[in-house]
Amino acid sequence: MAGSRLSRWFDRKGWSDLIVGAPYIWLLVFFLLPFLVVVAMSVATKTSTAPPISWGGEVPLVSWEAYARVFGDGLYLRAFLTSVLNAAVAMVLCLLIGYPMALGLVRVAPAWRNILLMLVILPFWTSFLLRVYAWMGLMGRNSWFNGMLTDAWNVLVPVDWAVRSIPMMNTNFAVVLVMVYTYLPFMILPLYASLERLDPTLDEAAMDLGSKPARVFWDVTLPQSIPGIIAGGMLVFIPAAGELVIPTLVGNASSPMIGRVISDEFAQARDWPMASAVAVVLLLMMVVPTMLYSHFQARAEGSK
Amino acid sequence: MKRRPVFLITMLAFGFAFFYIPILSMIVYSFNESRLATVWGGFSTKWYVSLFSNRQVLAALVLSLKIAFISASIATILGTMAGIALARFRAFRGRVMFSGLVTAPLIMPEVITGISSLMFFIMLAEWIGWPAQRGFTTVTLAHITFSMVFVTTVVQARMIQADRAIEEAAMDLGSRPWQVLFDVTLPVIFPAILSGWLLAFTISLDDVVITSFTTGPGSTTLPLLIWSKVKLGVTPDINALATLMVLVVGAGVLIAGIVMNRAAARASADARLAYRANE
Amino acid sequence: MSASEAGPFLKIEGVSKSFGSFQAVRDVSLTVEKGEIFALLGGSGCGKTTLLRMLAGFEEPTSGRIFLDGRDMAGVPPWNRPVHMMFQSYALFPHMTVAKNVAYGLKHEKMTRAERDARVAEMLDLVQLTPFAGRKPHQISGGQRQRVALARALARQPKLLLLDEPLAALDKKLREHTQFELMSIQARTGVTFIVVTHDQEEAMTLADRIAVMDKGQVKQVGSPTEIYEFPNSRFVAGFIGSITSFEARVTGREDGLLAVEVPAFGTRVMARDVAGVTEGQAVTLALRPEKLTISKDRPEGPNAVEGMVKDLAYFGKDSLYRISLPSGALVQAHAVNARRGTEAARVADWDDRVWLGFDPGAAIVLAE
Ligand SMILES: Nc1ncnc2c1ncn2[C@@H]1O[C@H](COP(=O)(O)OP(=O)(O)O)[C@@H](O)[C@H]1O
Ligand SMILES: [Mg+2]
Repeated sequence: MAGSRLSRWFDRKGWSDLIVGAPYIWLLVFFLLPFLVVVAMSVATKTSTAPPISWGGEVPLVSWEAYARVFGDGLYLRAFLTSVLNAAVAMVLCLLIGYPMALGLVRVAPAWRNILLMLVILPFWTSFLLRVYAWMGLMGRNSWFNGMLTDAWNVLVPVDWAVRSIPMMNTNFAVVLVMVYTYLPFMILPLYASLERLDPTLDEAAMDLGSKPARVFWDVTLPQSIPGIIAGGMLVFIPAAGELVIPTLVGNASSPMIGRVISDEFAQARDWPMASAVAVVLLLMMVVPTMLYSHFQARAEGSK
Repeated sequence: MKRRPVFLITMLAFGFAFFYIPILSMIVYSFNESRLATVWGGFSTKWYVSLFSNRQVLAALVLSLKIAFISASIATILGTMAGIALARFRAFRGRVMFSGLVTAPLIMPEVITGISSLMFFIMLAEWIGWPAQRGFTTVTLAHITFSMVFVTTVVQARMIQADRAIEEAAMDLGSRPWQVLFDVTLPVIFPAILSGWLLAFTISLDDVVITSFTTGPGSTTLPLLIWSKVKLGVTPDINALATLMVLVVGAGVLIAGIVMNRAAARASADARLAYRANE
Repeated sequence: MSASEAGPFLKIEGVSKSFGSFQAVRDVSLTVEKGEIFALLGGSGCGKTTLLRMLAGFEEPTSGRIFLDGRDMAGVPPWNRPVHMMFQSYALFPHMTVAKNVAYGLKHEKMTRAERDARVAEMLDLVQLTPFAGRKPHQISGGQRQRVALARALARQPKLLLLDEPLAALDKKLREHTQFELMSIQARTGVTFIVVTHDQEEAMTLADRIAVMDKGQVKQVGSPTEIYEFPNSRFVAGFIGSITSFEARVTGREDGLLAVEVPAFGTRVMARDVAGVTEGQAVTLALRPEKLTISKDRPEGPNAVEGMVKDLAYFGKDSLYRISLPSGALVQAHAVNARRGTEAARVADWDDRVWLGFDPGAAIVLAE
């Protein structure tokens, strides 16, 4: 009797509770809870015990000191600014390079399209770390690539400005260059998806009504690809702003990006409250563009 | 009025050069005799030889594959469940929170995920004494958590496309809802589940940041090993390792791509034939 | 331009178009007069759209030339042609409102804002869409979209408007209504229309003249009446309306008529003479069902064939008979049900022996 009641419960409701419940509980425990720990840490006090924090003991239990330093200390604000700037420049460059590439992929003969598309995706499957590393090899002082750029520079500028090699490694330029390199597929793919859906007869209709091809692009192609531009921009900007690997390997240690600040506060300074507070602020900074994005997307879908 | 899009083709050529010149350069320099990784000193395969005799690299590779396999498999189960729940169960308690939990790891910077997992494991050890030591288990748990949401995204998208009528037909023929799930839904979305698994596997195999925070002594994955060496600069044996990895992955993706391309070409040829026959 | 008074308004001269080895349009020559509605009629895939796209400038002819108002259009890009197209899919810009869509082509005209707004308002009024000016294309019905496409194409006052299957996407009732609307808009604007259609009734209703196309070639050009009553080939005769055809042989000429031996009838019949047919030549004799009379007794006149009612279908206003001849051949014939009555009032019933008669003028002799 009990068995049949159990199986009836399972048929009606239990199976679906199980399907929702398992991933739900997992994410609560291993994602939300750790994040709440970070939030709690951000208002704790730094100690020299292990783990190096405490929640008072004295009153007040929470300390806002870490947040006060995030907004008061120029170091953190500069790091935020550097991150946003680097990520924004990388995003714009990705758009400028990726848009014509995506449009090219849509316009080439279908026989070519799949092969070229695969060539865009291929780097995505190879190790991210190694793609960063590949640029370290090119940018170093003695590399053939740097040598080639140096020669070009020395020919083009007055003799006084001649250099032995171009200092590329450990600069924000290097960070942006490598970000563009590693994130470009994330820009191309959503752009391609949105451009491929466009009806080519709309272009013909615009031409028929008197627009030259360049004008057709501005009036017809570009406005219709805005969702793809926004999606690609988000996919580049968000991970780029929080990037840790690229600034660590090719960035300038004296003007660090925020990801590196978090990591250093945590591992080197062993200031967990500070690392946590910076992390919370960074996350809030990510949430705003994401909400805007989903707002736009909801509106775009609503008007379809 | 068909004109060649010269500008676009030029940009494509430029873009692909940008994509592949660094990788090709790395491959070429992996055959460099010189210890100075960026100066050409003649052809040699000695870095490959030293790579294959390096126990550390092999151990790291085996550990990475183990973690990737286990975490991808569990992440696929959990992620598929979440995808089905979001695509099929219209309203359940806490749905808004659930969909938030599923999207948040996608936009969470890896540093934050890494630090929060690490702090969580440390505090957990303080409170309940587990995990006593960080390593294989904690890395795998962290990988499952952040790769399962990618599986969810893939599965959910496929579920929304899938025809609900076949599920209703199965129910109409007497199947319980959970039987429908196993008999109809899962087989239909199987390709999505498979690509979800592949994605989770790749993400785990490639991860540096989260792994570096959640690992402990003695558990060095391949990316961590590379990371620790690369931080010190460019070395020829990493060039060799990179070349091997790029070639293995590249060959895999190329073969998969060609097979799929053939299938797609066949499908479109069939469609064209059917269309002709109807004319 | 002085050339416009001299030659025809639109002149298509030996135009062909090949895609690879496939010839979509073969050696088409046509002239279209100013202000007429000209229909291109043919089955799917016969090259109608391709011909239209060459007129709009989206495809260059492989050979042949196109003159509009005396001007050679070779090498003139679509944006410089005084020709606008209404696309089969309408191709409305989804990100623009109805009014913006209609105004789009006017951007390229030297007009003040006020003039442009006035023209848009006039066009929206013409197609009765003023209340929908602010909507996006996905917020209006299929019939309304069709009218937006029409207004957009007409706004710049083209010399020539090309309409690719303008009514195909509409349901039957709306289609009939819209046909007349199109005609009235054409009459009011005076723009020359070239309408592509695969629907023969649509072509007959709309057009002043029709070109019937098959496999990339123009088979016949003429007014709807000419095409229907005097088809010049078996293809045209069969494509327009229904018809029954028989193999036949010319035996001679009598009293200005053609004597034709029809094996399926087992007799000789008289038909309207056609030029270029010689004695002894194998021809086709084609008869439209409504031109045949059915009677119990042998009809007057030179043409009478006896047969048996094999099948009949009652449509209300008329009935369709299928008469089997002694040779086994089947002939279709229409009889108007002029008298009111039940089955007993019918001209003939199943298995009745009847006589078929037809006027020599109604018999079509086709050499091709
Ligand atoms: N761009 C093209 N490339 C190759 N074949 C084409 C192309 N456009 C049309 N065709 C072929 O030309 C023929 C005529 O097409 P179309 O003019 O669209 O016919 P219709 O409009 O009369 O149905 C079709 O068989 C079609 O497949
Ligand atoms: Mg067509």
